[in-house]
Amino acid sequence: MEQVIMNELGYPILSILIFLPIASAVLMLFVSRSNENIIKWLSLVVSLVTFILSIPLFTNFDKTTHLMQFVEPKLSWIPQWNVSYYVGVDGISVLFVLLSTLITILCVLVSWNSIKTKAKEFYISILIMEGAMIGVFCSLDFMLFYLFWEAMLIPMYLLIGVWGGPNRVYAAVKFFLYTLIGSVLMLVGIIVLYFYAGNTFNILELMTKSYPYKMQFWLFWAFFAAFAVKVPMFPVHTWLPDAHTEAPTAGSVILAAVLIKMGAYGFLRFSLPLFPEASKAMTPVMLILSVIAIIYGAVICLAQTDLKRLIAYSSVSHMGFVTLGIFALNTQGMEGGILQMINHGIVTGALFLSVGIIYDRTHTRQISDYGGVASTMPVYAAMFMVFTLSSIGLPATNGFIGEFLIILGGFAARQWAGVLAATGIIIGAGYMLWLYQRVFFMETGRKVAGLKDIDSREIITLLPMIILIFWIGVYPTPFLGFMHESVSHLLERVNTGSGAEMAAAKDIMGMLK
Amino acid sequence: MPEFVMPDLGPVMPEIVMTCLALAILLADLFIKRKETVAFLSIISIGIVAYSLVGSTGTTFNGMFISDGYSMFFKLIFFLNVMLTVLISVKYIAVERVNFGEYYSLILLSTLGMMIMASAGDLIVLYLGLELMALSTYVLAGFIRYDIKSNEAAIKYFLLGAFASAFLLYGTSMIYGLTGTTDLHAISAYIVNKGLAKNPVLMLSMILIAVAFSFKIAAVPFHMWAPDAYEGAPTSITAFMSVGPKAAGFAVLGRVFMIAFGSARIEWTAVLIPIAILTMGVGNIVALSQTNIKRMLAYSSIAHAGYVLLGIIAGTSDGMASVLNYMLIYAFMNIGAFAVVIMLRSEGFKGDNISDFEGLAKTHPMAAALMLVFMFSLTGIPPTAGFMGKFYVFMSAINAGYTWLVIIAVIFSAISAYFYLRIVMYMYMKEPKESVQLTTSPAIGLALAITVAAVIIIGILPSIFVNLARIAVAGF
Repeated sequence: MEQVIMNELGYPILSILIFLPIASAVLMLFVSRSNENIIKWLSLVVSLVTFILSIPLFTNFDKTTHLMQFVEPKLSWIPQWNVSYYVGVDGISVLFVLLSTLITILCVLVSWNSIKTKAKEFYISILIMEGAMIGVFCSLDFMLFYLFWEAMLIPMYLLIGVWGGPNRVYAAVKFFLYTLIGSVLMLVGIIVLYFYAGNTFNILELMTKSYPYKMQFWLFWAFFAAFAVKVPMFPVHTWLPDAHTEAPTAGSVILAAVLIKMGAYGFLRFSLPLFPEASKAMTPVMLILSVIAIIYGAVICLAQTDLKRLIAYSSVSHMGFVTLGIFALNTQGMEGGILQMINHGIVTGALFLSVGIIYDRTHTRQISDYGGVASTMPVYAAMFMVFTLSSIGLPATNGFIGEFLIILGGFAARQWAGVLAATGIIIGAGYMLWLYQRVFFMETGRKVAGLKDIDSREIITLLPMIILIFWIGVYPTPFLGFMHESVSHLLERVNTGSGAEMAAAKDIMGMLK
Repeated sequence: MPEFVMPDLGPVMPEIVMTCLALAILLADLFIKRKETVAFLSIISIGIVAYSLVGSTGTTFNGMFISDGYSMFFKLIFFLNVMLTVLISVKYIAVERVNFGEYYSLILLSTLGMMIMASAGDLIVLYLGLELMALSTYVLAGFIRYDIKSNEAAIKYFLLGAFASAFLLYGTSMIYGLTGTTDLHAISAYIVNKGLAKNPVLMLSMILIAVAFSFKIAAVPFHMWAPDAYEGAPTSITAFMSVGPKAAGFAVLGRVFMIAFGSARIEWTAVLIPIAILTMGVGNIVALSQTNIKRMLAYSSIAHAGYVLLGIIAGTSDGMASVLNYMLIYAFMNIGAFAVVIMLRSEGFKGDNISDFEGLAKTHPMAAALMLVFMFSLTGIPPTAGFMGKFYVFMSAINAGYTWLVIIAVIFSAISAYFYLRIVMYMYMKEPKESVQLTTSPAIGLALAITVAAVIIIGILPSIFVNLARIAVAGF
């Protein structure tokens, strides 16, 4: 029996977080299509309740241990294959659960007036997304994890394809196929792992075993196929600009804030602890791919004429920082990487929300159509400035803490990686400030004249993000505290090489005898 | 002169009951004006036959007829197939103006053939069942007499089916020449005793038999009849054909290759592996370019045969269980998809073009949602049954050491997402061009309710069905 800390809240908090949104979505199937208001309010209430229920994860989390917490008793689900329903969180996953619950509220809020067709299906998709996302972060059983991981594709495909922009069908199919091909290769890897480890899908149990290097090597790449597409890392990133650009605001926000984090989460949760030797051996490759993503993504941003597409490419660059931090394989890099994931979720989520807000008014995403927004929408401009500065990584915003830690870690791992990554920040400042200048200053565009400033619903949507940006920026300790123990435990496992070397040593001993 | 001993009729009782009832319905049809009653009677008869199946295990006719868990599981799939087909047919054949009672008795007779195939312990009995199944299905494929396409389907199916039968007989005769018996267990014993596993004649006859079965399950390169037959046949019969004969084909494939040729497993896997790869490849890739939904589903059904072959290639009892499980799941999701296609058919509107699905989510959200579930299930996305079916097959293949084959399979399976999703895309992401009238009836509603419930329930709680399949192959 592996060591875990059982849930002591008196109610199964994680299961409720997973299934409350899903059950509400099923319930909403039976609400008449014409009652659009009921549907909207219902989804808002559900997402709010889910968020409130998730707060104990923040307050009651034991930061002094790397063990899984809030673990619920294992429920046998498919006994023939030894699959069980088994959930829990640790320092790596807990913040993502909170991020998911928060983002969902904002997605519901921002879609309030902009979704006019098939509203019922839209909110059902959003809620199912929420349940599946939380499920991915909580699963301690590989089969369960895979189920949520794949099931998420269905609502996301619909979100992009049904409510997206003009080129939505192409983007939706591309998103689906890229992710699916990656995922099925991981599935093969999962099954191979299952048989090698003696018929178990239990993630905690799998992590206690060691695997021969050759197997680790192949499985690392099988898992890489799934995670790299999600992140997305350099050669397989092309679905992301299309999907982000064409998706409706809520879809872009979920994609940017949570979905693409799952790739990096996958590396942390599975690739590193399961295949430590292979991960270590592959570090140079991963660092090179990360640096390429950082610089290439940033340079491409300079050439964009579409607001959303620019932010989408900036995600490629920022996620490059995240993978760089993770594969630096030291405390600073990894903690910075995780924090940067949260930061990127907040900032890019906020940027997409902001773009959505102005798109609802102007119905154009072309940067050249804007200009002088600062004079017509001053409050909005001020908020956007905060997000811009945070995206650049200005001190006192959250972006600074994350990127600083990552570059520190990258420099310690390989000097060239740290140096090259830093250039990404410079280019980043360039494209973000230039964007801000073209949209908010300069001559007032024809479409911008006479726009109303943001209303209270929209301010409420953006406010939590601003609070978080400064909170993490000024006092990151509470957030870093969550992950500290888990990260050092993970690094211990990766760096001491754990099982495989021991097994090799045993083999040699055996031969000597 | 040995005394005549009456064989034990217990194991064969369901088949006897089925024969009587099918003939009774054929006769009753003469006196019944309302054809819905005939449909109802045939569902009742399936119920009676299913009841007589209980406790009919045993071997009779000197091992020529075997009723075991394996055959029972397949027979359940066949009964399910008949029941769902009849439910989706009731209104449809009236719309097609071929509302004749023979339709139902032919379905029952064809199913009788499948039942005999699943229970065959002897190549001759197997042939008997196969012909009964095939001949009835040929007639059904051409049931819309005034429609040239339907006629074409029947002729094509018949001609190529006749070829397949010839192959089977040729293979059987060579086996008989080699071993002097047609009994599956005796063949196996002979091959083992004489060490014939690598004998070229055995190899040749295995190839011939594999070819014959590949025709039945529509595996590449013996699939040419399928798209034309599927497109031309009445849609309800297409649904019937895509599940029943395919399942029966797998039943005999499993029994003949696992039992009779069990000791030559290495040799026949070498034959089946290329067939499986080709089947998945051609099925999935050609399906990408189809514009007719029935043809698309035909290629999809070819591709699915490829996945199932992996379970046979695994050659383990788990592999066989995964085949059983897959065929059951496939029956639900495929007939479900055809049921939606059938609803689109109305007086003067064919409704079998993929573009006819445009904007269906707007005009008929319920039908579109059902189709969405079936399409995702056929793709194999959790939490639908299709995923669990594929997962089990892939798992057993990997356990048997065919990881590379599974990698090929999952990549083709990901490719298949493109054409299944295209239907979803047409329904949800396009505006309706013309208003499509749905032809609904309580019967088809019931069929859809059963299939969609099964697809979701098996997708979430597959354990009962996996267990059943495992029990079924336990005594294999």
